[in-house]
Amino acid sequence: MCAQPTRDGPVLETEVLIVGGGVTGTGVMRDLALRGIHCLLIDRRDLNAGASGGNHGLLHSGGRYAATDPDTAAECRREADILKKVAPECIDACGGLFVAVEGDDAEFAARFPDYCDAAGIECAAITPAEARELEPCLSEKVFAAFTVQDATVDPFRITLENVNHARQLTQSIFLAHTALERFIIDGRTIRGAICRDTRTGEAMTVRARQVVNAAGAWAMAVARLAGCSGVNLLYSKGTLIISNARIGRRVINRLRPPGDGDILVPGGTVSLLGTTSQTLQNIEDSHPTVAEVDRLVAEGVAMVPQIAHTRFIRAFSGVRPLLLAAGANADGRKASRGFTLFDHESEGLANFATVAGGKLTTFRLMAEKTGDLVAQRLGNRQPCKTGTAPLPSGDALRWTEPGFAARYWVARRAPRDLILCECEMVPASAIDAIVENAPGAELQMSLNAIAVRSRVGKGSCQGAFCSLRVTSHLYERQVYDSRVGLRNTRDFVAQRFKGVAPVAWGEHLPQLELAEALHCALLGLDQLQDDDAHPASREVPAA
Amino acid sequence: MIKQPRRHHAELLVIGSGLAGMAASLFALERGVSVAQVGNSGVIAFTTGYLDLLGHDGRGFVDDPWQALARLREDEPLHPLANIIEDDIRVALNGFTQTLSAMGLGYSAPGRNNVLALTPAGTLKPTLSLPLTMQPAIAAMAGNADTLVVDFIGLNGFSAREVVANLAQRWPGLRSQRIGFPDMDSGAEVYAEVLARALEVPATRQRLAERIAPLLGSAQALGLPAILGVHRPDQVHRELQSLLGVPVFEIPTMPPAVPGVRLRELFETRLPQRGVALEPQHRVKRLELLSHGVRAQLEDAYGEVTIEAAAAVLATGRFTSGGLRADPNGIRETLLELPVVQPAGRADWYRSDYFDPRGHPINRSGVTVDEQWRPLDASGRPAHPRLFAAGSLLAHQDWMRQRCGAGVAIATAYKAVECAAHAAQHNFNS
Repeated sequence: MCAQPTRDGPVLETEVLIVGGGVTGTGVMRDLALRGIHCLLIDRRDLNAGASGGNHGLLHSGGRYAATDPDTAAECRREADILKKVAPECIDACGGLFVAVEGDDAEFAARFPDYCDAAGIECAAITPAEARELEPCLSEKVFAAFTVQDATVDPFRITLENVNHARQLTQSIFLAHTALERFIIDGRTIRGAICRDTRTGEAMTVRARQVVNAAGAWAMAVARLAGCSGVNLLYSKGTLIISNARIGRRVINRLRPPGDGDILVPGGTVSLLGTTSQTLQNIEDSHPTVAEVDRLVAEGVAMVPQIAHTRFIRAFSGVRPLLLAAGANADGRKASRGFTLFDHESEGLANFATVAGGKLTTFRLMAEKTGDLVAQRLGNRQPCKTGTAPLPSGDALRWTEPGFAARYWVARRAPRDLILCECEMVPASAIDAIVENAPGAELQMSLNAIAVRSRVGKGSCQGAFCSLRVTSHLYERQVYDSRVGLRNTRDFVAQRFKGVAPVAWGEHLPQLELAEALHCALLGLDQLQDDDAHPASREVPAA
Repeated sequence: MIKQPRRHHAELLVIGSGLAGMAASLFALERGVSVAQVGNSGVIAFTTGYLDLLGHDGRGFVDDPWQALARLREDEPLHPLANIIEDDIRVALNGFTQTLSAMGLGYSAPGRNNVLALTPAGTLKPTLSLPLTMQPAIAAMAGNADTLVVDFIGLNGFSAREVVANLAQRWPGLRSQRIGFPDMDSGAEVYAEVLARALEVPATRQRLAERIAPLLGSAQALGLPAILGVHRPDQVHRELQSLLGVPVFEIPTMPPAVPGVRLRELFETRLPQRGVALEPQHRVKRLELLSHGVRAQLEDAYGEVTIEAAAAVLATGRFTSGGLRADPNGIRETLLELPVVQPAGRADWYRSDYFDPRGHPINRSGVTVDEQWRPLDASGRPAHPRLFAAGSLLAHQDWMRQRCGAGVAIATAYKAVECAAHAAQHNFNS
């Protein structure tokens, strides 16, 4: 039975509806598009709004899981090798170190090469002195060290490129801020879904032959909307902090069973120290806390002493959607990092699939397995191509790479192209390219959406100043012509604040004080509604 | 360069060169007290030039700041402004604005009611007194005058379209136009301060007026970003108005901006002319509290400087100015390690919502004073009989949310200097 198109808004037709705009959902979208299949991808918020945007960008060598989960470790190693070949522009093959410091379990450290060996992971022992030569920031108290093939990946760029490629291949579509409300189910078949634009409040109907649930932490809720109760997730909140300058060339891992503050990952011009793990009940409210930040710093110092005096510019939290096997214990550290593809056939649905669990590093494999199932159900015989087809880049997709905007601006020698974000040197032309052509670009694009697609707001000012300059530029471009632009600015700086407050001390706190002086004392963003209600202005006499 | 230690003596040492420090020096001069002043006046460039007294009462913008002050005395008895009688606040604000006006930076007289002044985003800020170069906006907006706002190619962060779009409902007669600034219209970035200095040249004013005049049409007023000169804004403003034949008003640009630079340069040139021994770009390294007064030590390009004074006003500001420092485990006062009233721990510094209308507890942290504006030590007694404190360093106020930054700076400087003058007098006489 179909809903009335008139009552439930415009009707969109597609072969496959994908729910969830993270790396997995966009990976499935590209995988299917490479097989010639049209997809419609929706996300309640935006690309990478969940765990895909809330992680350290580590492309695992597998070393981290060698001892506890050798299958995942081996999977990470294989997938990392593939991604380095097909998406080199998204990856910094910086290498990694595992180091044990005084007080760590010496036996665990001694067994590490055997664990790696068993999982097929390349690993070489070096002396503590050699380790400190490679990474002078390391503690004098390092007593064991191994090199591994860790790398980093820009999850924003991967996602943008996935969507962009799918768009080029089959005119597949991505719709941001589009929430799934309910499925239209007819016997064993989902005919479509009723969705709602969370900004305008307008409903729309999507008709699809297949539906893929790649909603990450929200996958359980989406499965339940389809009447499926077999997907059970454990939510583990992980908090990380970002330094204002890069510490160390390589990924530095603490050589001990996973714990807080045990990994320092470079991210272009900055480094990320992670990661806490805390089981969550409510996934909607996962903001970093002062206690988590303090724990990360306290632990990180043992490995890299300068962390005690490092200026951190932001903290952020992601929710790991971990698969909860029946009867497993509910400890986020110990839960499997593996993934599962649910075909839901035993639950009475023939065209619904859920892919859940897994890691950033293994997203391509997750998409491949999902793509295989969906293609077979559609009678499409094309094989998966993501293992070899390079990920093409595009003009509107380059702006998430740290340092790219600065190199571009300098090389272009176009002084008329004003720098709008001074910390990250993002020029006006970058904002224009994003607003015109980035995946998910739309009229009245929000600052949050622009930030997902660029480095705007990611430097030491954390958006305090650049948000205002970008806003002015967007008004000038007539992207905004009403208070919508200012409200977007307000929402953007309020969002950034949640990450800045827990690391606001020392040299960083004045930045936040200045931001508040600007946003509240001067511009009155805290009063956007109020100033219109004030009594009429009056003239005052001269002194 | 030969470095040579130097010593200054003054009756009053003012530490800090933000609005509170500058006001303290001016008030001391008016009382005939000799002044030495030290401070790093970087932050003053962030002011808009607007002088607010009390613009927000926790519920919304207030129209009558004097009424709001009466309520503040009930609701927040520890607030610095709640501890100054209305007459003193009035005398302080009038004195300060009249002195600025007399020095060539004209200000409107602080009146009974707040006015709503324009911001670069096209929002409105309640303020009690504003520079004369900005004042015509108030009447133009009140009368919905047909008004043109002009901005400039290459002036980053200021969009006349933004101002117009955000004021459209209240001020439908507003429209915008972007033009090139004479000789600086290649499209490359231009800076407000450079444009302002250029407009001090009569020929540039003339050429700018020629570019704007044909665009005015039926406009009865003209708005420009704040670029009407640095040292003689009133004159630049007057002449541009007469060239164009309509009232002209400035809209502050994103700070640091010209209105703040005007204040800084005015103080830095005029205070020494009036006899203040001013070290505007330095910080006091060490402050000793002695039985007969204070001794401050600093170092400038010419070597060590020692300043001895019978009394001192501490107006070192908050975190951005360096008067307070936030360590991960607590907030410190940086010069004398005075006790700082503060939330129990870092987790309590900020609320979870940036725009929480209650404001963030950290912003009410600061130094506490006795009824004579003397900062208290750990035992709750004045740290020194002739050490006084003024400005945003003081606890129990949130100048950003209450829109009372200038009011707190000027009124507490007035009181601290009044007490310091009495104490110093007493000291000399005894």
